[in-house]
Amino acid sequence: MNSSYAVPAVALVVVATVLVGAFGLRVSRTTSDFYVASRTVGPRLNAAAISGEYLSAASFLGIAGLVLVQGPDMLWYPVGYTAGYLVLLLFVAAPLRRSGAYTLPDFAEARLASQAVRRLAGAFVVGVGWLYLLPQLQGAGLTLTVLTDAPDWLGGVIVAAVVTATVAAGGMRSITFVQAFQYWLKLTALLVPALFLILAWQADGAPSRAFDEPAAFREQRTVRVEDGLTLRLDRPLTVEAHGTVDGRRHAGTRLHLPAGPHRIAAGTRLTFAAGTSVPAATAHGADDALSPSRAESRTERPLYATYGLIVATFLGTMGLPHVVVRFYTSPHGVAARRTTVAVLALIGAFYLLPPVYGALGRLYAPELTLTGDADAAVLLLPGRMIGGVGGDLLGALVAGGAFAAFLSTVSGLTMAVAGVLTQDVLPTRGVRHFRLGTVLAMAVPLAASVLVGGLPVADAVGLAFAVSASSFCPLLVLGIWWRRLTPPGAAAGMLVGGGSALLAVAATMAGSPGPGAPHALLAWPALWSVPLGFLTMVLVSLATPGRVPAGTAAILARFHLPEELHTQDLSREAAAS
Amino acid sequence: MSGFLAGLCVAVLPLLAAGFWLGRRTARPESLGGLGTPVEHATFQTLHTASLAAPPLRAGLTEETARKSARTLRSLLGTDALCLTDTEGVLVWDGAGAHHRTEIMDRLAGPLETGRGEAFPLTCATPDCAVRWAVVTPLTVDDRVLGTLVACAPRESAVLVRAAGEVARWVSVQLELADLDRSRTRLIEAEIKALRAQISPHFIFNSLAVIASFVRTDPERARELLLEFADFTRYSFRRHGDFTTLADELHAIDHYLALVRARFGVRLAVTLQIAPEVLPVALPFLCLQPLVENAVKHGLEGKSDRCHIQITAQDAGAEALVVIEDDGAGMDPGLLRAILAREASPSGGIGLSNVDDRLRQVYGDDHGLVIETAVGAGMKITVRLPKYQPGVRPSRA
Repeated sequence: MNSSYAVPAVALVVVATVLVGAFGLRVSRTTSDFYVASRTVGPRLNAAAISGEYLSAASFLGIAGLVLVQGPDMLWYPVGYTAGYLVLLLFVAAPLRRSGAYTLPDFAEARLASQAVRRLAGAFVVGVGWLYLLPQLQGAGLTLTVLTDAPDWLGGVIVAAVVTATVAAGGMRSITFVQAFQYWLKLTALLVPALFLILAWQADGAPSRAFDEPAAFREQRTVRVEDGLTLRLDRPLTVEAHGTVDGRRHAGTRLHLPAGPHRIAAGTRLTFAAGTSVPAATAHGADDALSPSRAESRTERPLYATYGLIVATFLGTMGLPHVVVRFYTSPHGVAARRTTVAVLALIGAFYLLPPVYGALGRLYAPELTLTGDADAAVLLLPGRMIGGVGGDLLGALVAGGAFAAFLSTVSGLTMAVAGVLTQDVLPTRGVRHFRLGTVLAMAVPLAASVLVGGLPVADAVGLAFAVSASSFCPLLVLGIWWRRLTPPGAAAGMLVGGGSALLAVAATMAGSPGPGAPHALLAWPALWSVPLGFLTMVLVSLATPGRVPAGTAAILARFHLPEELHTQDLSREAAAS
Repeated sequence: MSGFLAGLCVAVLPLLAAGFWLGRRTARPESLGGLGTPVEHATFQTLHTASLAAPPLRAGLTEETARKSARTLRSLLGTDALCLTDTEGVLVWDGAGAHHRTEIMDRLAGPLETGRGEAFPLTCATPDCAVRWAVVTPLTVDDRVLGTLVACAPRESAVLVRAAGEVARWVSVQLELADLDRSRTRLIEAEIKALRAQISPHFIFNSLAVIASFVRTDPERARELLLEFADFTRYSFRRHGDFTTLADELHAIDHYLALVRARFGVRLAVTLQIAPEVLPVALPFLCLQPLVENAVKHGLEGKSDRCHIQITAQDAGAEALVVIEDDGAGMDPGLLRAILAREASPSGGIGLSNVDDRLRQVYGDDHGLVIETAVGAGMKITVRLPKYQPGVRPSRA
């Protein structure tokens, strides 16, 4: 891909982020503008900011990649990522705002008055944050590799360095405007090229075989295998090979491969004829342990995997640390609810686009399933379908949008994780400790992204959602709606639910053995770990009835009553006393 | 299904192990065995048991604290049953023979009245009841009897009487400390109430004078100013709640500045730079307005020409950072330190030290005012407000 436009676009996004982060939007006003200067953030602006922070590499690149590789089943991802806000709207948004909590540990402390539960919640915030940061950094690496052939760790290091520097140098000033801008940037960066791509597709005669199973090559295409892979053929395949296939060297010979597995060595070039269906492939090499195994369990048990995905994404959104802190910006509970409705609209609009890229990718770039770079489909399509300067410019726009996605999500997450590290983990508070916290918050996922490598972005984010759904969803839902919740119950529920999901994720990432039922259970933990978390929390709470915190009734009344009512009560009390 | 169970075990077992280990570690902070002679060892053991019973009792004598401490107290005494009562009834019965509750309550009137201990045999119909003898010792704080500690044993024992007396005295000391804690909290609350929101009489006088000066020349302006004055005083005289939001406080500051500008006109310039993210932050009522008042005073002090005041509110992660800066006369840092320590009486009002005290009481000592100043170099006051602090909730105007 031509990088002469893309690199400046990415550089522009990065520099703009650094400058805004360093100087902020310095809007100084005189007192005559006072009411403008002190207007609280409206629901629509806040919603754009939440969406900007939320739409990560998984949404921008990952969904299109998954749809490309696995077809329409993967549309559950955008549905789940959006529907999470519906659950948040119905059960959590307004009470959470009224609790006055800024972070999830704050909520635990406000509801249960327990330092131990607070610290535990802090630990899970850090865990979920790190899990979520990991795929963002990998996505950045992938993007830069596709654009410039840089080594695949460089993009992650750049994003990590930029974000750490801006956050540590005094936080992101005027972060609401920046994030809201990032949302519109991301939407534009997907929408404009998508329109052109659809036009190109129309001009091409609107071929509608996008979701044929499996995807097929529309024209003769040569694929270079970078890392070596195993083709698993259901039916015989005719292919022209340059390189080593099944241990034998070929130089441009036509091969008739029978059904069954075939090893293709690194550096081999395969030329597929038009109309050939794209074979399923397993990449070699230790760093690719996750992607095929998770995909395998999905193909083996599609129903279970889909339900696992639905539970994780529907219930996990409410526990994402960088989303929760944004609700504090709303002035009151009703505004928090309106914000969530607006978020639903904005995110819903955005998620119409990635599936378009995925579908077009199946038509025009099906070989990406072989090279393991399916996440790059969004970046490659403009050049592939339109070409020339126009294609390059659109490609540059998409690349800039992708980096905006990394930067906004990563900075939001880093601030949330660093805040928790500073407040609840590192010994004393202070500005210097916040910097240390920032470095720590970034160093761990960066190291992991260099070491682990190779998981599809949307899948890895799904794991973070699973942990969040198993630990914070029970805490928030029961904390808001059940008056008999006790601190030991909350702690046990988070430990058992979230802890087991975390272990399942760790086992999956470490590449636990083979296919089969246990593997599917570990790869899609939410379906059992969320009920487990709820059950533990309820049972342990019921077993410790003496530990219901004093003042629970008053706290729940504050969560659920609109603020105005509450103030009236107070003033009546004051008048009575 | 077996796979599911296996996964479950794999997930839960390490968690249980970790929890068990943590529990052990927190319960036994230092290893007690293998150190010193058996006598010293026993001393350590006793001191450790006593230290375990102390924290619950420091919250006063209630059913919950009694339940938490009763078991450790019983192991301290080594008796078969131990009971804690207040003046009304049994709070907790730990050990055997709980059917003696009512009998013991009947016998308590004497000790509760006189404050002196007693030992008496118990009548029991159950032949194998392990509890035949009760030692009652009163728990006293400032010569008031709060309750009793009852130790029960199978037979009369002078050692038990002595030990129960000592333990009761130790418990009494803990309860006295709890009493002290409570009065300290009450003192802080009273101080916060006393410290809250006093607008200066000078300000009322000056404002009314300014408004009076406009009544003839510009009645419309006078009316506006009067309304500003009404808004500001309504805010500062309101009585419910100790906390407000940054947005409300800034509005009060705006009303205040409108009145001040009417008096000083173009000599006073104010710039605001406010991050909208921090407007919902809760903070002690009227804790920024005195700082602005201070800046106005210092800014115009000894300078006939213009003064510029800058008010900034920034978002800084889990905190909001409010900075109020003037380019006026400044102050000798030594004098300022003395004023904040209440060693020197300030020339104008108790604004700064009052705000400093309140911030420290609400948020802790590391959230006091940070003031940068020197003579002739203006003054910059920085306030760090945590976005969340237990117990700090705004009440709306």
